Amino acid sequence: MDPEPVLAPLALVDVAKSFGSVRALRGLSLELHAGEIHALVGENGAGKSTLVKMIAGIHRPDEGQLLVDGRPTEFTAPVDAQRAGVAVIHQEPTLFPDLSVAENIFVGRHPRTRMWTIDRARMRQETEEAFARLGVQMDPDRPTRGLSIADQQLVEIAKALTRKARVLVMDEPTAALSGVEADRLFEVARTLRDSGTALLFISHRFDEVFALCDRITVVRDGAFVSCDLTADLDVDTVVHRMVGREVNTLYPKEDAEQGNTLLEVKGLTREGVFADVSFSVRAGEIVALAGLVGAGRSEVVRAVFGVDHYDAGTVHVGGRALPPGRSKAAMAAGIALVPEDRRQQGLIMESSVQRNATSTRRRSLSRFGLLVPRAERAAANDWGERLQLKFGDLADQVSTLSGGNQQKVVLAKWLSTEPQVLFVDEPTRGIDVGTKAEVHRLLSALAGEGLAIVMVSSELPEVLGMADRVLVMHEGRITAELDRDEADEETVMYAATGQRPSEVTR
Amino acid sequence: MNPPSPAPATEVSTPGAPPEKGVRRARRQRQVRELGVLLAVVVLIVTTWMHNPGFLSPQGVRDLFLGATVLSVLAVGQALVLITKNVDLSVGSVMGLSAFGTGVLFVTFPGLPVPVAMAAGVGIGVLCGLANGLLVTTVQVPALVVTLGTLYAYRGLGHWWADGGQINAHDMPDAFLYLGRVSVLGVPLPAAIAALVIVVVGFYLARYRSGRELYAIGSNVEAARLSGIPVGSRVMTAFVVNGALAGLAGVLFAARYGTVDSTVGFGMELQVVAAAVVGGVAIAGGVGTVYGAALGAILLTTITAALPIWQINQFWHQAVVGALILAAISLDRLLSLRTARKLRGGGARGA
Repeated sequence: MDPEPVLAPLALVDVAKSFGSVRALRGLSLELHAGEIHALVGENGAGKSTLVKMIAGIHRPDEGQLLVDGRPTEFTAPVDAQRAGVAVIHQEPTLFPDLSVAENIFVGRHPRTRMWTIDRARMRQETEEAFARLGVQMDPDRPTRGLSIADQQLVEIAKALTRKARVLVMDEPTAALSGVEADRLFEVARTLRDSGTALLFISHRFDEVFALCDRITVVRDGAFVSCDLTADLDVDTVVHRMVGREVNTLYPKEDAEQGNTLLEVKGLTREGVFADVSFSVRAGEIVALAGLVGAGRSEVVRAVFGVDHYDAGTVHVGGRALPPGRSKAAMAAGIALVPEDRRQQGLIMESSVQRNATSTRRRSLSRFGLLVPRAERAAANDWGERLQLKFGDLADQVSTLSGGNQQKVVLAKWLSTEPQVLFVDEPTRGIDVGTKAEVHRLLSALAGEGLAIVMVSSELPEVLGMADRVLVMHEGRITAELDRDEADEETVMYAATGQRPSEVTR
Repeated sequence: MNPPSPAPATEVSTPGAPPEKGVRRARRQRQVRELGVLLAVVVLIVTTWMHNPGFLSPQGVRDLFLGATVLSVLAVGQALVLITKNVDLSVGSVMGLSAFGTGVLFVTFPGLPVPVAMAAGVGIGVLCGLANGLLVTTVQVPALVVTLGTLYAYRGLGHWWADGGQINAHDMPDAFLYLGRVSVLGVPLPAAIAALVIVVVGFYLARYRSGRELYAIGSNVEAARLSGIPVGSRVMTAFVVNGALAGLAGVLFAARYGTVDSTVGFGMELQVVAAAVVGGVAIAGGVGTVYGAALGAILLTTITAALPIWQINQFWHQAVVGALILAAISLDRLLSLRTARKLRGGGARGA
């Protein structure tokens, strides 16, 4: 188009950053081009988040340069990045729940009247214009409290739009989105790309990366590995480069011999949340609960485990009825629940690895009501080895571990109760590929040992790769039960959106 | 696909009617809380007046106004701080220090012009607020702990300064004491000053960038930082303004009562926080208005004035205030649950 070579709106040259003795980034380069979606992939702890924070102006590089339109620039604060036309959508939502949608978009830079008061009319109008461009229907005056994560992200994108951002960075925007919501986000991303924005997209989901992005940069251990056009790459190559070692397969599901029915749920109903949910799980079987976020999957699991109460229905474990609303009884009957949110529900982040890993059986590790540290340590060590846990010291805070290893600690905590039925809710959310495969292998091995496993997952490849049977939920009801060979992306998605194939084809 | 439009659109492209309705609906939702408190005040005054018409005698009305003045000025300042998800427990002590300081100035410099002494009183408050703000923003200690410390420190300073002494009305110039008695259009001057403070701060919070940013900070500090809001200096400002208002409250107190010692404002801080909470200012930050806080202050003082008329033992006063606080936070919780349900949109997860 232009006779002159177009300079990249944003580029990083040989940036390095250390936190104490940890080298988060060492000599990484990245160039973002206008009108291009650039993917950044790498294992957790590879330095992606540090890089994003550097682009956002939160961290400053120890070495190397940041170039804006080819000129060396320093971002000393988030404002500098914003002024340079860089908008970052962080992994954690950065909205103000008490402020209106329009105010969230314009916070810190409200349009002003001549009296220096806030020009509310203009603020509303520009918000509506942004939403119109995004094809979004949202009331600019409602508070952002209560918005779904997808809508929150749209607000963030509208923020970037009204800022006329030339560079948009999205850090794992789809981690908490369902398929439909993610598709809508991608449409918006493509529109932005076509209008000349440079996008950086960070994701653990390869199907998305390959479907959406024009170029893929792989990082490993804080260093640059490769940068190629997507067309020249395939998933195996990327995974191989990310891990730097062979990952046999991501979903090492082995066939296990299926035994007796261990868990039987009949007509489980919780008013307004889920209704008439019935299913059974046999020993050695992995049953996946698929569906969109908010379909009620986690709620069913929580009700079966007795954390939440239910209004009707029965739960039988090994033929015996389980009293409702009592998680102690569920644990005694051999049920374990690895919850969805490991930071909030699975772990006590400030406690040590060993305390967390053994917290489900304090009784058996105590003498005269006092915990015996040595027993605690030995038990934790045992499980650490079995799960290939990577840790500095068992006495370290669990928050020092990476996401994948934290998940292993939660697993250890529940597996040590020697359960018969294991519920895992989003077992690999936010976990890097290497550890993901390990978690999958572990689940497969556990099924092989005769455990009945119920896995809630929003990741379709995981569901299809791991499950012997797939139950699909839509708005609180089970809409499909599919065997391993019946289940594919289409059948699951149709059931999850509550549609029949004919209705979707346009 | 159009490229991002470079110039802000000047024409009104959207139909005006539905958004207008939206604005009104949203605003009404926000006001419902304050209106509830206002209604409680009105009901309380009317029923008490019907019970005993003497309640609204000219003197009764004056007492009501003046009683609410100091508390509502303090509540306005406290609301500013609470909105940023901080709290200032030292306001009672600051008010005492300022009241006594103003008195001391009149004793030491008998000819001092009244405005200068008033400014000095406010200045004492500013200094105290500055110290609070500095400690909270730089040392990063929770405001609750910092201001609990300064509550005692400022009070101790006051005791040391007063050394058990007292300053009486005859030590103060008549012009100053006159301020506490004169009325403007039937409203006692201190009450008029308080009303002015409420309106100015209320307008600032609603319509100015830095005012709205206080809400943003209270709503999500981390996000505020990421949005480039100078969190430290905004919080600092809230503490300084709150200090200044506590200083002003001290001056108003001195002008009204004429007698000050080092115990002025003792225990006031909890009443102030109570007033703000009753008025709908969330202790968790980000929510509330100074109008609500002021109404809360008026409600509390009206209750104090009304109880004797109903011949209810003063002994019950604190229990009534306590019940009111619990009722207010329950109401807030209820309202927020209701709006949350409404906002989530119907039917998304309905069975």
